[in-house]
Amino acid sequence: MRLRITGDAALRWTAIVGVHAAVVFLWYLAVEYWEIPKFILASPQATFMSLFDDYPWFDNTLVTAMEIFGGYFLAVVVGVGLALMFSWFRTVETLMMPLVISLNMVPKVALGPLIIVWIDYGLQTNIIIAFSISFLPILITTARGLREVEPDLIDLVKTLRATRWQVFIKIQLPGSLPYIFSGMKVAVVLAVAGAIVGEIIASEEGLAYLIGQVQVTLDTAAMMMAVILITLVGVALYLIVLILERVFVVRDARVETV
Amino acid sequence: MTVDAATQGEPFIRLNGIKKIFRSRRQEFLAVSDATFDVHEGDLVSLVGPSGCGKTTLLKIIAGLYTFEDGTMEVGGAGSDFDPARDVGMVFQQPLLLKWRRVLENVILPAEILGLPMRAARDRARDLLDMVGLAGHEQKYPYELSGGMQQRAAIARSLVHDPKLILMDEPFGALDALTRERMNLELLRIWEQSRKTILFVTHGIAEAVFLGTKVVVLTAGPARMADRIDIDLPQPRTLDMKTQEQFGAYTRRIYQLLGME
Ligand SMILES: Nc1ncnc2c1ncn2[C@@H]1O[C@H](COP(=O)(O)OP(=O)(O)OP(=O)(O)O)[C@@H](O)[C@H]1O
Ligand SMILES: [Mg+2]
Repeated sequence: MRLRITGDAALRWTAIVGVHAAVVFLWYLAVEYWEIPKFILASPQATFMSLFDDYPWFDNTLVTAMEIFGGYFLAVVVGVGLALMFSWFRTVETLMMPLVISLNMVPKVALGPLIIVWIDYGLQTNIIIAFSISFLPILITTARGLREVEPDLIDLVKTLRATRWQVFIKIQLPGSLPYIFSGMKVAVVLAVAGAIVGEIIASEEGLAYLIGQVQVTLDTAAMMMAVILITLVGVALYLIVLILERVFVVRDARVETV
Repeated sequence: MTVDAATQGEPFIRLNGIKKIFRSRRQEFLAVSDATFDVHEGDLVSLVGPSGCGKTTLLKIIAGLYTFEDGTMEVGGAGSDFDPARDVGMVFQQPLLLKWRRVLENVILPAEILGLPMRAARDRARDLLDMVGLAGHEQKYPYELSGGMQQRAAIARSLVHDPKLILMDEPFGALDALTRERMNLELLRIWEQSRKTILFVTHGIAEAVFLGTKVVVLTAGPARMADRIDIDLPQPRTLDMKTQEQFGAYTRRIYQLLGME
């Protein structure tokens, strides 16, 4: 599908920008008129201006982005890969799926400290935490998409004596793409959470680490800026996924999620 | 009948006492019992019967999709070069188009699976789409088509690999009466030109008589017997035949077989 700005799309973009601008404006009004102390809630201007303070914004944003993107990329590769294996070896699926479901119930954020105990702290560790938190939803939705093919569709190609590979490549895989993307969209949020949890528990770089440093001096504006930057990294990743979905999934087939 | 069988030779499809039971953990369900009939090469056989009487099941048995309990089945005739992969085209009750493929890509799917030359398949797919009245819609996605248009695309798909036998499961069920009439004539035209063997499931009794050289009547109920009627209306069929006395006699007979008169 091509990306087209129709009247409808223009309206949606206006809404997106408008709503965000409105929130910033309310934030501004709140700080101005309720005279909130600036160490509790910094004004939008102060928050923005903190970018020009003497903090290593760029380096830390880069580190956090690498953790999030790296962990997320691993999660997509491993999640989709395992799901494909499940679909090819049904016994593996029968054996592993219950385990996957239980693992999904584990509060994965709580695994952070353990992983750090196991493999020291740092960038790679946070990538692994981001990965381990976000790959399960991708695995589960992809496995479901590969499983839930309309039986008549299989019958249709069976009358042509399609090989298993043909069924997979022409029916199963394209049919599961909408599911893969719906899992991938959920996973973005989790990858962000995973990377940040890792940084908070133990790290020497990254935006959440920076928050910890700045907290001591009660520079609320800088703390809020760090949160906004983390959010922007997540939003950037989400937009990439949305664009890929638009490219690869026909509109009618898309599965709506958050 | 003996003379007829002699001139037509060996039947193309021969079903003898076919029985199908669906088993679930709790119960057994007899879906088809004692289906016995022949289809000769070049026949257009209508399969008619009330909802749930086993028409789809029987078609899927013939397509080789379902196993069966009792009886024997021969498809393709003895010693012929019938290839069950290449020589069966199937139209299901639903269009079953792939949502992520454009119409033309959907139509060439069988050719792709069978590994036929793609350029020729594309040309043929265009011709077929033109024939079913979908010229100009080749590059649309299925969701951009109406239900009837989707079903017509499915018919084009069933013909793209030029099969000898076409199994059609209520292909016109979703169409309005007018389009349905038009598609009936279209189907007869395709059949006359290509001399394909067609098995056509419908619950329209008039449609069954109008199209078929033979009508197989499946009844509901535990007996689930099949009956056969040869339709001796002249070829090619024309719409005005529907008002003829002989046509009425055939439809009455089928209503009787179905216990509705
Ligand atoms: N896969 C299945 N498992 C169990 N029972 C089935 C299955 N498929 C069909 N049946 C049963 O077999 C009977 C015949 O079904 P079938 O789909 O062949 O009917 P049909 O004649 O095609 O009906 P319709 O005109 O409504 O399409 C039905 O009563 C149905 O409940
Ligand atoms: Mg049916």
